[in-house]
Amino acid sequence: MPITTAEQLKTRRQQAKSNDQAVKRRVLVCAGTGCVANGSLKVFDALEDEAKKAGVTVSFELDKHEDAYMAASGCHGFCQMGPLVHILPDDILYTKVKVDDAAEIVEETLKSGNVVERLLYVDPKSQQPKKGRNDIPFYAGQTRIALKRCGEVDPESLDAYFASGGLEGLEKALFEMTPDRVIEEVLNSGLRGRGGGGFPTGLKWKFARQAKGDHKYVICNGDEGDPGAFMDRSLMEGDPFSVLEGMAIAAYAIDATKGYIYVRQEYPLAIKRLEKAIATLREEGLLGENILGTGFSFDVIIKMGAGAFVCGEETALIHSVEGKRGEPRPRPPFPAQSGAFGMPTIINNVETLSNLGSILSKGADWFASFGTESSKGTKVFALTGKINSTGLVEVAMGTTIRKIVEDIGGGVLNGKQLKGVQMGGPSGGCVPASHADIEIDFESLKSVGAMMGSGGMVVMDEDNCMVDVAKFFMDFIQRESCGKCVPCRIGTKRMLGILTNICEGKYKPEELDEVIAKLEDIGTVTIDASLCGLGQTAPNPVLSTLRWFRHEYEAHIRDHRCPAKACKPFLRYAIDPDKCRGCSLCAKRCPANAITGEKKKPHVIDQDKCVMCGACATNCKFEAVIITS
Amino acid sequence: MSGIENVLSQYPPRSQDKLIPILQGVQEEEGFLSKQAMYRIGEYVGVPASKVYGVATFYNGFRFKPRGKYPIVICRGTACHVRGSLAVLEAFQDELGIKPGDTTEDGRFSLEVVACIGACGLAPVITVGGEVFGEVKPGQIKKILKQVQQEGE
Repeated sequence: MPITTAEQLKTRRQQAKSNDQAVKRRVLVCAGTGCVANGSLKVFDALEDEAKKAGVTVSFELDKHEDAYMAASGCHGFCQMGPLVHILPDDILYTKVKVDDAAEIVEETLKSGNVVERLLYVDPKSQQPKKGRNDIPFYAGQTRIALKRCGEVDPESLDAYFASGGLEGLEKALFEMTPDRVIEEVLNSGLRGRGGGGFPTGLKWKFARQAKGDHKYVICNGDEGDPGAFMDRSLMEGDPFSVLEGMAIAAYAIDATKGYIYVRQEYPLAIKRLEKAIATLREEGLLGENILGTGFSFDVIIKMGAGAFVCGEETALIHSVEGKRGEPRPRPPFPAQSGAFGMPTIINNVETLSNLGSILSKGADWFASFGTESSKGTKVFALTGKINSTGLVEVAMGTTIRKIVEDIGGGVLNGKQLKGVQMGGPSGGCVPASHADIEIDFESLKSVGAMMGSGGMVVMDEDNCMVDVAKFFMDFIQRESCGKCVPCRIGTKRMLGILTNICEGKYKPEELDEVIAKLEDIGTVTIDASLCGLGQTAPNPVLSTLRWFRHEYEAHIRDHRCPAKACKPFLRYAIDPDKCRGCSLCAKRCPANAITGEKKKPHVIDQDKCVMCGACATNCKFEAVIITS
Repeated sequence: MSGIENVLSQYPPRSQDKLIPILQGVQEEEGFLSKQAMYRIGEYVGVPASKVYGVATFYNGFRFKPRGKYPIVICRGTACHVRGSLAVLEAFQDELGIKPGDTTEDGRFSLEVVACIGACGLAPVITVGGEVFGEVKPGQIKKILKQVQQEGE
């Protein structure tokens, strides 16, 4: 039956909470994209089957009380160790679980309450197995506000959302606060846009509230295009109701009646979960006409993106929603004045919206107690690259990069040296290891030439060539430049051309100063003259690597050498006669027929014929190919 | 009713804001966007075919050639790049003799590149015929192609 009054909402929530408390044992299997790719849904089925065989009764709904409650949850964040199975209240986290492990988990843990030690996470530093989240540094170092339900609840269950405080924020807004008061609260919380720009959320809302229009729109920007960032996807998959609650609060504040969620088509699971959540809220009367009898009406439609990075920019996104090419336009007018279909529109990022329920229910002061002077609250980062624990981490603003990499992330892969951390994706910059102790907030990152962006954090080690990384981002941006404005279209193309020439050794040593000056010049002009955020930030990876890793550029141009041994044209391949077993696999794989030698005797590479493709090194099973630069 | 008409019937005529969902629906049905399909969509939505083509080519998600029986999708996200996805892509190009966006002559494999699959924990990651392969090394690709074909037959 639909919930139509505040009274019914309270009763329903109370019931959900008491059902939740009555759960004896909870088994949460991670069903985020990473774990599903690793077979977690099969693990879920196997656990169910084994439980049945062992006589352990299982329920999938909170209101049915059995020996255990099982749920396929959203992303637990600890993607490196997936598939993950978390068991509560014991707080046992099983990692890399396979179908064959299900019987033992049921027998040992669900029946007898014992721990299956071989499935526990082993801390790489102490080599000690760690039982649960509370003992694992990856989790212990985090502060979870946006991600608080991610991995903790069944994302498709409204009761689970209620039980964890869901809709308390919207309820408070609708029954205790005027729209202006809501905006004031969000302003006081200090919440700034989590999509990259860091514009104060409350201020954006204030402008849209003041603007006049027949309708107003709330758009959720789920077009998470930064390669290597997946926090928005995990939120939409793992806690879709919180995104929708945030949108409803925003709609109430600015007096909007319609909302769009713009999601990448590459995120089919997120789309499915959002569709389900919207349908559930409509059935329960929590989306649609006259919500909870307050006269407030709001409904949400999903718009699937079609693969264009520039659509993360708000005016381009609006064009795409309208069915046009996703090209940006000059601002003003800002979307808050004239947005979708010419009406006042606010566009907020997924993570921003996920914070709102908690901000309203717990208060602005509570939220503002986390973070730094200028940047309040927490930020979710997608920690990837050369790191031991790839995953999703949420930390209070002001946490240092070193703490995230060393403590939470467990350090650089294979014990190598940290070279730098690329923050903020293709629009961001690279923070060198020497600045790893800066406390992360919007301003501090800008001061070192990087930016918050959406929160991508790619760890680089000594084997990553920074010129190659700059080239990688420029290649991406150049392809994604929509072509509407000249500085971005041509600037990115020219910078990519220069970077490619550098990596291929096409410049003469005496051209060093000229080449670098040209790069800096084109970069500066592209920043100053481009129409939208894409072009205005496109040169950042180049300029920040030039600032912190200029010696690598110099080595490439002046010495024709790649210090990280990553750029193939500068490499020399030779075979170590002591290690070579003469299997002649390299000779077979060599496309240039440059390798000769008798069977079972050391082979030799003819340097005149070698095309530096590296096929020999990739294929050698004995690590006998020596690479030098 | 043909696949295209089936999709069109779900939307009111002359609604330009539905153009992208229509293109997505038709591609889902037909596997790619043909010239005829784009003419028909333009007629239905009430915009010239040139505009339909303009919108379709703007977005990476649309294909204009049929996909192979086993589409190979290679993630070129940052996490995959720093863990060696370029070498994986090159290995597939060499093995199949096609470039991203193309399909092998026998129609079995097509090669696609995406900005990020979002499974960074498995980097470098690829999908072949919808099946995910993580921590892929260039040396493994022959085995992967063989395995997928065996399972498909």
